Amino acid sequence: TELSTSKLKHKWSYLNSVTGDEDASTEMGEGLDEWAAAKTLIKPPDQLELTEAELKEEFTRILTANNPHAPQNIVRYSFKERTYKPISYVDQMAIHFSLNGNMILKDSDEGRCQNARLSTEADSKIISEEEEAEETGTAEAAEAAEAEELPPPRPKERKLANQFNFIERASKTLNNPLRDRACQSEPTPCKNFSATANQWEIYDAYVEELQKMEKSKEKEKPRAHIAKKEEKRRGRKSTSLESQSDDITKVSKAAKIMERMVNQNTFDDIAQDFKYFEDASDEYRDQQGTLLPLWKFQYDKTKRLAVTAISWNPKYKDLFAVGYGSYDFMKQSQGMLLLYTMKNPSFPEYIFSSESGIMCLDIHNDHPHLVAVGFYDGNVAIYNLKKPSSQPSHKSSAKSGKHMDPVWQVSVLFLSSNLLLFMWNLLCLQNELVHTDVIKLSVEGTTMQGPEGLQLQTFGCGTSFDFHKKIDYLFLVGTEEGKIYKCSKCYSSQFLDVFEAHHMAVDAVSWNPYHMKVFISCSSDWTVKIWDHTIKTPMFIYDLNSAVGDVAWSPYSSTVFAAVTTDGKAHVFDLSVNKYEAICTQVVVAKKKNKITHIQFNPVYPVVIIGDDRGHVTCLKLSPNLRRMPKEKKGQEVKKGPEVEIAKLDKLLNLVREPAGQAGR
Amino acid sequence: MLEETLKRIQAHKGVVGTIVVNAEGIPIRTTLDNSTTVQYAGLLHQLTMKARSTVRDIDPQNDLTFLRIRSKKHEIMVAPDKEYLLIVIQNPCE
Repeated sequence: TELSTSKLKHKWSYLNSVTGDEDASTEMGEGLDEWAAAKTLIKPPDQLELTEAELKEEFTRILTANNPHAPQNIVRYSFKERTYKPISYVDQMAIHFSLNGNMILKDSDEGRCQNARLSTEADSKIISEEEEAEETGTAEAAEAAEAEELPPPRPKERKLANQFNFIERASKTLNNPLRDRACQSEPTPCKNFSATANQWEIYDAYVEELQKMEKSKEKEKPRAHIAKKEEKRRGRKSTSLESQSDDITKVSKAAKIMERMVNQNTFDDIAQDFKYFEDASDEYRDQQGTLLPLWKFQYDKTKRLAVTAISWNPKYKDLFAVGYGSYDFMKQSQGMLLLYTMKNPSFPEYIFSSESGIMCLDIHNDHPHLVAVGFYDGNVAIYNLKKPSSQPSHKSSAKSGKHMDPVWQVSVLFLSSNLLLFMWNLLCLQNELVHTDVIKLSVEGTTMQGPEGLQLQTFGCGTSFDFHKKIDYLFLVGTEEGKIYKCSKCYSSQFLDVFEAHHMAVDAVSWNPYHMKVFISCSSDWTVKIWDHTIKTPMFIYDLNSAVGDVAWSPYSSTVFAAVTTDGKAHVFDLSVNKYEAICTQVVVAKKKNKITHIQFNPVYPVVIIGDDRGHVTCLKLSPNLRRMPKEKKGQEVKKGPEVEIAKLDKLLNLVREPAGQAGR
Repeated sequence: MLEETLKRIQAHKGVVGTIVVNAEGIPIRTTLDNSTTVQYAGLLHQLTMKARSTVRDIDPQNDLTFLRIRSKKHEIMVAPDKEYLLIVIQNPCE
C-alpha cells in the first residue's frame, strides 16, 4: 500500500504541472492533502519551463476518425497524364487485429459437401456399431441389416455426371501391317570438274580451236588415200605410247635449259666477264691489247684428236662447229664433229662421229642446220642438225665420185687436194650428192715459165680457198707449193692470175670483208702477207717466228686481223694503229707442246675461238684496244659502216703502194 | 639422251639435287630423300603455277620459261614444261 500511494502521488503531481490549472490542482491537492498531508509538490528536473501566460493557454483536442498512421499525401504516377498525381482519398482504415474464422455458410457448396460428409460418417458409424452389436447374434441378420442399410446411402453417393445416360463404346478396326517398298534408280555418272577462267586459258582455247580449224582445212585438200591411212596409223601408235606411262623424255627441253642454267651458275664469273668486262688497263698500255681467256671447251672423246676446223653458225651467234681429225698423216683415226654453244661450256650440243678424220667444215648460210664436212679419205658429207641421228644425212661414196685425196676446204663447194673443185649439189628429190666440176686445175694447166726458161711443171695441190664476199665468181686458191691462184667460176680450166705467195704451203687465204681488193694469206713459212689482188707483190709482210696455222680478218674492222702460230701464240694486228707490229701477242694455250690450229672471230661478240691439236677449244675476249673504232673528229659525225672501213684501209694501202710502185716491179 | 643430260646436271659442280615432277605435282624422279622431295615438289609446283599464271595474265601470248629463286644458302632453279617440271637445287660457288 505504501508503494501504490507513492505512485499515485507522482501521477497527481504530473497532472498538476500539465494542466496548469490551479483550481483543479487545488482541488486535487486538497483531496490529496487530506490523506497525504505531509507531502509537498516536487518539480521533475526536466520539466518544461513555461510562462504564466503560456500556462494559461488552452489547448483543444479533437477526436477524429483519421488513422494517424495512414499517409496523408500519397502520390501516384499516372501513365495517362505522364505526371505524378496526388491521390485525394487515402484509405484510413487501420486493422488492429484479424482472425480467420472457420464458420461456413450452410447453403454454400462447401457447406453442403460438409453436410453430406458428416452424414455418411454418421451412418458408417451406426453401421459399425450395429455390426458390433449384432456380432454375437446371427450373421444373416447382420448381413440383412447391412444390406438394408447399404442401399439407402448408395443413392446419396452416386454422382450424376451427365444428364444423359452416357455409355462409352469403342471398337477398333484391323490395322493392315505396313511394309516398306523402295526403288532406286541408277545414279547418273557424275564427274567433278573444276577449272579457272583466266585470260590466258581463254586464249589457249582459242588457239587450239584455230589449230583444229587449220588442220581440218588441210585435210580437206585432196590427198592420197594411202597417206591418210598412214597418218592414222601413226596417230594411233603415238597415242598408245603416250597412254602407257609418264613419258619422261618430254622433259628433254627443260633439261637442256636447266643444264645451261646450272652451267651459268658455275661459270658465273666468266659469263659476267664475257658480257661486261672491259679491260680498263688498256688505257695505260699504249696501243697494246690483251686476250682474256673465257671458256674452255673440251670433250673426253676428242682428247687425242686435233681441231681441224672451226666455224661459227651464221644464224645462232653463240653456236659454233668444231671438226676433229688429225694433221698427222701417218696416223689417221676416226673423226668427230661437235657443235658447242657458249651457253653450255661443259658439254657439246650436237655430237657426230665418223670413221675418217674431218679436215674441214662449213655451215650453210641460208640453212644453218646443214653442216658440210670434208673428210680425210676424200668423202664429203652433209649433216642435218635437225634430225637426231648421229650419221650424216648425205654422204658421198666412191660411186658418186669422191675425191681421191683429203678434202681441204669446204664451202658450199669442196676443194680437194689435187685441185679438183667440185660443186656438190644436194638433189633433194633423189637424196643424192651429185657433183659438178667447177674447176679442174690439172697438171697440164699449170706450166710456168721459169726464169731459166725451163718449163716447170707444177703440181697443183690446193690447201685452202676463199670466195669473194661480193663478187660471186671470183675466188682464191692457195696451194701446197705456196702459190695463190685467182680463179673464176666461169673458167673451169684456166686461172685468172697467180701470186708467188709463200715458200711453203699456204695454210689460209681470206678476202677482206670490207675492201674489195685486199686479201690475206698465211703459210708454214712463218709469214703472213696482205695483198691487193691487182698487184703481184704483197702490201704487208709479217714474220711471226713460227709456222702460222691460221689467219682471220675481224668482222668489225677492215684493218684488224688475227693469226695463230704453232708455238701457242695468238697475234692480233691492227693496221690503222701499228703497221709493223702486232698490238697483241699472247700465249693462249697452256702446255708448250700444244699447237694452235685454227682461229675464228665471232661475227657479233668480241670473242675469238682458238682450236689446238689437243682437242681443246678456247674462247677469248678481245680487249678494247683490239677493237678500236675510228675516233670522232671535232665537228664531224662518226660515220659507221663499210665505207669507213674501206676508206681506212685504202688510206693505209696508198701509203704502202706508192713506195712499192716507186721501187718498181 | 635425256638420261645423260640429267646425269650430267646431277654430276655438275655444286648441284645438291634434281627432281622431276609431273603435271599433278607428284615427283616421278628424284635424287633426294623422300620427305625433302615431297616438300620441294609440292611447294614449287604451286609457285610455278602461280608464276605462270601471272606471266600469262599480263600477256596471254607469253609463257614462263624458267624460274630462279636465289636464297642465302643455295639457288633453286625450276624449268617448267608443258606437262613436267624440272627442279634443280645448286650451291652457286662464290
